[in-house]
Amino acid sequence: MIALLIRDMRLAMRAGGGFGLGLAFFLIVTTLVPFGVGPDAEILARIAPGILWVGALLACLLSLDRIFQLDFEDGSLDLLATSPIPLEGIVAIKALAHWLVTGLPLTLAAPFFGALMHLESPGFSWMFVTLLLGTPALSMIGAFGAALTVGLKRGGLLMSLLVLPLYIPSLIFGAEAATRGMAGFNANAPLLMMAGITAGSIALLPFAAAAALRVNLR
Amino acid sequence: MDFSASLTADTLTVTRGGVPILQNVSFTLSPGQVLILRGPNGSGKTTLLRTLAGLQPPLAGRVVSDPETVTYGAHADGLKATLSVEENLQFWASVHGQTDITQAVEGFNLAGLVHRPSANLSAGQKRRLGLARLLVTGRPIWLLDEPTVSLDVASVALFADAVRTHVAKGGSALIATHIDLGLKADSFDIGPYKADPAKAPDSNDGFDTDGFEGAYL
Repeated sequence: MIALLIRDMRLAMRAGGGFGLGLAFFLIVTTLVPFGVGPDAEILARIAPGILWVGALLACLLSLDRIFQLDFEDGSLDLLATSPIPLEGIVAIKALAHWLVTGLPLTLAAPFFGALMHLESPGFSWMFVTLLLGTPALSMIGAFGAALTVGLKRGGLLMSLLVLPLYIPSLIFGAEAATRGMAGFNANAPLLMMAGITAGSIALLPFAAAAALRVNLR
Repeated sequence: MDFSASLTADTLTVTRGGVPILQNVSFTLSPGQVLILRGPNGSGKTTLLRTLAGLQPPLAGRVVSDPETVTYGAHADGLKATLSVEENLQFWASVHGQTDITQAVEGFNLAGLVHRPSANLSAGQKRRLGLARLLVTGRPIWLLDEPTVSLDVASVALFADAVRTHVAKGGSALIATHIDLGLKADSFDIGPYKADPAKAPDSNDGFDTDGFEGAYL
């Protein structure tokens, strides 16, 4: 399983792997918003958590269809399915690899990009914490969506339609926790809800995604 | 690895896209045996192999084998273009809990290519690498779908040697191919098992394909 993780990370880092693409997209989204909304620091600071969350979510979506599609096309997925690693494990490892090359860099970069949005100093750590707890769910839910649409031509668009609504709970609680935390209120409730969503998706979705893959491999 | 595994197909009915294409297929692949699967294009060789490999469920009958003993060699080689030959083989070896890839590299004459990205390989070299993967899985039963496509005469001989060595160790192989590999092998013609849609056995899940078809006509 470690071998699969290393391979997926290596593929992402090499040419055409898409590493950095999500990060660059995230940067562009966060720089576009001040152009659209105007330079008013007060407004920007108020909408910053929401914008950063939406930006992270879209950046995450960008690389989701690579999770299974490429392996499906070159036949690796057939071979992996007959390998000693259970399909559920394959899904979990691939979601983890996706998080390590997408979610984690976004989490680390969010405080810096927040500065572009006039985010105040307590906001930096709140953005970091909420994204750290929330982005694993984005990768896991995304892996499920990718498993459902693997093998479809132009499946990426359909996958976005399937996956984005499923991201809504994480988005609501994540942005809410960050907003409350920055304003100095108690943010435990939304934070725990979001952590719960993440824990739940990591526990359940590998099984659902593996079942979807089995159907799609037939 | 226990190399004395066998694989048995027991009155198997296989489907492609929900339509039965072969029925009542029964045979046993014993340790040390090479079985050549014969049949014209579109007769269901690939579907049968995929069913035996456990990638799709049979409509009726069963496959008696331990899934951990079977490895499947498809039309697609499962190679990553940006990884080198060595990295590709090393990956499949570690997935199957093996470490040694030298035998596979030498067996398929890949020694001069180990550091080359697979994107730069020719079609025949890719195929050799795909076949070398079989050796690093360490599994006794090989299910191969037209393994000699795009191989030259010398490479076909390398492949035949690899199969001979594998069989000598007690392994077995079921090979769908149209050419003569020069192996001591039994032949299995799937022609007589062609499914008759009218006599297809009832599906396991009760899904009635006849009625389904009628709905469109």
